[in-house]
Formats: sequence, C-alpha cells, structure tokens
Amino acid sequence: MKILVPVKRVVDYHVSVRVKADGSGVDVSNVKMSMNPFDEIAVEQAVRLREAGVATEVVAVSCGAAACQETLRAAMAMGADRGILVDCGEADAVELQPLAVAKLLKALCEREQPALAICGKQAIDDDASQTGQMLAGLMGWPQATFASRMALEGGQAMVTREIDGGLETLAIRLPAVITSDLRLNDPRYATLPNIMKAKKKPLDTVRPADLGVDVAPRLTTLRVAEPPGRSAGVRVADVAQLIDKLKNEAKVI
Amino acid sequence: MAVLVIAEHDNASLKAATLNAVSAAARIGGDIHVLVAGSACAAAAEAAARIAGVARVLRADAPHLAAQTAENVAELARGLAEGYSHVLAPATSAGKNLLPRVAALLDVAQISDIVAVEDADTFVRPIYAGNALATVRSVDPVKVVTVRSTAFPAAPDGGAATIEAIAAGADLGLAALVRREIVPSARPELGAAKIIVSGGRGVGSGENFRALLEPLADKLGAALGASRAAVDAGYVPNDYQVGQTGKIVAPELYIAVGISGAIQHLAGMKDSKVIVAINSDPDAPIFQVADYALVGDLFALVPELSEAV
Repeated sequence: MKILVPVKRVVDYHVSVRVKADGSGVDVSNVKMSMNPFDEIAVEQAVRLREAGVATEVVAVSCGAAACQETLRAAMAMGADRGILVDCGEADAVELQPLAVAKLLKALCEREQPALAICGKQAIDDDASQTGQMLAGLMGWPQATFASRMALEGGQAMVTREIDGGLETLAIRLPAVITSDLRLNDPRYATLPNIMKAKKKPLDTVRPADLGVDVAPRLTTLRVAEPPGRSAGVRVADVAQLIDKLKNEAKVI
Repeated sequence: MAVLVIAEHDNASLKAATLNAVSAAARIGGDIHVLVAGSACAAAAEAAARIAGVARVLRADAPHLAAQTAENVAELARGLAEGYSHVLAPATSAGKNLLPRVAALLDVAQISDIVAVEDADTFVRPIYAGNALATVRSVDPVKVVTVRSTAFPAAPDGGAATIEAIAAGADLGLAALVRREIVPSARPELGAAKIIVSGGRGVGSGENFRALLEPLADKLGAALGASRAAVDAGYVPNDYQVGQTGKIVAPELYIAVGISGAIQHLAGMKDSKVIVAINSDPDAPIFQVADYALVGDLFALVPELSEAV
C-alpha cells in the first residue's frame, strides 16, 4: 500500500512576519523556511504506517519553487522513501492556490495510485485549510479531516476527528484523504545519518504542464494590510482594582 | 441572484454560528436561502425560517444525511449551487470540512474565514495567524466562502421564510459515522460565550485547572478555554484550545490566566473586547495585548478574584 504525503514549504512557525510597505504581501525574503508543521505530522503518520508494515511506500510531494526540494529532503530524512517536486517556477512568478495544488495532487494520485493521501489540516501561511478536502472531492474519495487518531483495517480507515464540542469517529473506504490535526502524533526529529541518507533518495521533478494542470490563480490579492493593532493597557495593583475597572470602566461584568 | 447559506445544526436546533453567516450573506446582497441538510431536521428548518432576512429554507431530509458527512452534503450542495451567486457556511470545524469539497466539485476557489465583505466579489481574510489581512477578489461564477463568526453579528429572529422540501441527493456511501462523543457541558459554548476564562501552562495541572479556573468561570457564567500548551500538557480536552489552529473567539471579556501569549494563541483571541491577563512574568507577551494586567501569583490571585466577583 502506497501513501502520498503532500508537504508545503512555509515561513517557519517561529518567525513573526511583516507586511510589505507597499501592501502587496508579506515579506518572506531572508526569513527561515520550514516544512508546514501539520505536514510534518502527516509525514510522521505515513512513516509509522510503513514501519508497522501496513504501508509499503511513502511518497512525499511538494508543489512550488525549486527550493521545495529542501522540504522534500526533510520529509525523506524523516523516512519518506522518495520525493516528487512539482516545479511551478519561482515563487514570485505564480501564486499557487489550494485548488491548483489539489489538481496537481489529483494528477499525481492518478499516476501513483496511492491507497491513502495524508495531508496537513492547514498551512500556517495562508491558513486556508482546503487542499485535502479539495483533493478528496476531485478524486471522489472519502475524507476524514482534523484527525487525532487513525487505524487501517480491512480496506477502510477508522479515523477519530476533532470537531466542535468533542470527537467523532468515521469509517471511510480506501482510497481516501486524511488530514492531520496536532494530536495525531509527535513528529520525530531527523537524525544526521538519516539526513545524509535522504540526500541519496530518488527525487523526481515534473511540471504542471506535464500533468496537464492549469495553475493560474482564481483569487486576486488586491492588498495585504497589518491588522488593527492592540496596545498594552494598564497594570492594576490588585484584585480589588481589577474588579473596579471591569465593573466601572470596561463595564463587562 | 441569491446567496445560499449552509446551516450548521444537529437536526433539532441551529448552531449559533449559522446566524453570523446569515449576517455576512446580508452584506453581500440578494435573497438569502438557507440549506438545512439532515435527517428528521424539521425543527432545525423551522428555526432557520425564523431568522430575519431569510427568504427561503431548503430542507433536504433523508437518513443518509443524518451524520451530515462532507461527501453526501457536498454532493447535494453541488447540485444546488449553480443557481446561486454565493455559497456560505460558518468557518467552524464542520464548515471547514465541507466547503472546500463543495468548491472543488464546482471547480471554483474557496475563500476561507472571511472577516469582512467589501463587495459581492471582494472579501477580507486573515493570513499568517492573523498577522496580516488579505483583501481578495474572486472571478469565479460561484463564490464559496466560510465566515468567521466573531466578525459578523448574529442575525436576529423575526423572519418568516417559506420552507421547501427538496430532493436529498445521492448517498455516496463513502463514509459512515461510527460514533460521536460530545462532552456535555453546562457552560456556554466557547465560540458564543460573552466571557471566557482561559488557562495556560502556568496553571500547572488539570487538577489546578478544575480547582482554580472552574470556580471563576462558574461565578462569571463564562466558558473555559486554554492555550495549546495547556491542551498538549493534557490539562483539558482538545476542544478547549483557543488559537490559530483551535477556536477563534471574540468575547466581551477574555481572562487569560498563566498564558504567556504566543502569537498563535493571540491569533485566536486578540479581537476580544476586553482582555485581562494574570501572569507572574511581567515580560510575558500577553501583557502587550491586555487591557488590564495583573502581575503576580495566579494561585493566590485567581481564588481571590473568584471570591470577589
């Protein structure tokens, strides 16, 4: 059984981004880039399934600029067997939106025939939380999003999902798309020997045109702005003063 | 052209976030229709018909919609969408699960988590954990949009829409609900609460959470929330999490106890009207957004506060 894991190169979790002065976007030059944290969880889950003998191969895919090769090497250092870069040109040339990525992944799913695609539930740059669901829709596959637990048995996946107010468990037929929530696992750190080994793993490159996919954006970003700021308020001396302020100044209790 | 709002409901009643999505629909313009897809969902459909501004309620009622799985509801919505300029749903876990699939089936973009409507084609949405606001324009024939509940008021009662039974669409049989474990709570729902008491790693343990924060929340009639650190440490269940990847809240009063204030947490609560932070570290980033800062030992201050309110 093959598992496909899409991985996205994003501004690192710890970086606080700044909006560009001309309002055209956020400034991502010279900032640290990393694999989207939810995608790390997806890679970890796929690798664990292979280590458990449930899956036979884990294929990582990244769509974007040539620099996404680093993200694929990171996935392979965690244990993915090979990588596919969908080279979409330099980041400035084309903005890849979730629908375009889902179409690229659909083309690769048709080529690779995985039984399962495990995606991160959301990328921490555009915060869209769309790609996995879109891929499932395009493929006509079932989906189990925001997964905190999963098991494969008898041609189906039992997936526990995080929903508002609690949890739900779905039984979905394979092939399927699962998207990972934070609690699915704790991703491993790549060891130095595995980082070295990953450099020798196969990495293929394809272009959107090879896959017959038009990646032109459907949404135009007109401007990007800083949100209205919130300034620090006042320090209160004690509980009595706090209650006085909440009752008489803010009038919220 | 009309706007279709997909209601979030449990067959018996509407979830409050549906009302905020209807308000967003009203800003777009055109007739507002609400889809109630479920099983034995007449009561939910009647509730939708009472929302002010709603012209029609479409009720799709069938056993295969009981669990409202994304596969079956998306298939139904795909069939309906062509007659609409927009398809909206709340940006809750249910809406976020469903709407991208609907958009993909229609071959259109999806616009996530909007906080403002500029015109019928142009919307504002947060990116990078709310550190930037992007204004985006769609050229698609149908705009498929999820709505951040805290950014739009709840539509009031007072409507008298017609309720129309529609065909429930096919049962794709791709997914089956095995069980749902909803934790019953006497407290208000996190997303709709006027006051939230929220705890972080500084609270120290699940026992402390119950002993310190629950009495305060009970006194104030507040919902309980938590930072990711507190959830990861196992103090409270996952659905307490407020932040970029958890719930987005904007109550009248948010009391952050023992929360340092990572940007991912601030993303989930910085639109609260009044923020109180209680923390022993005077340099904690949470104080940069707090209206009222109380520096000190939360184990002494919180019981004192519970006693005094």
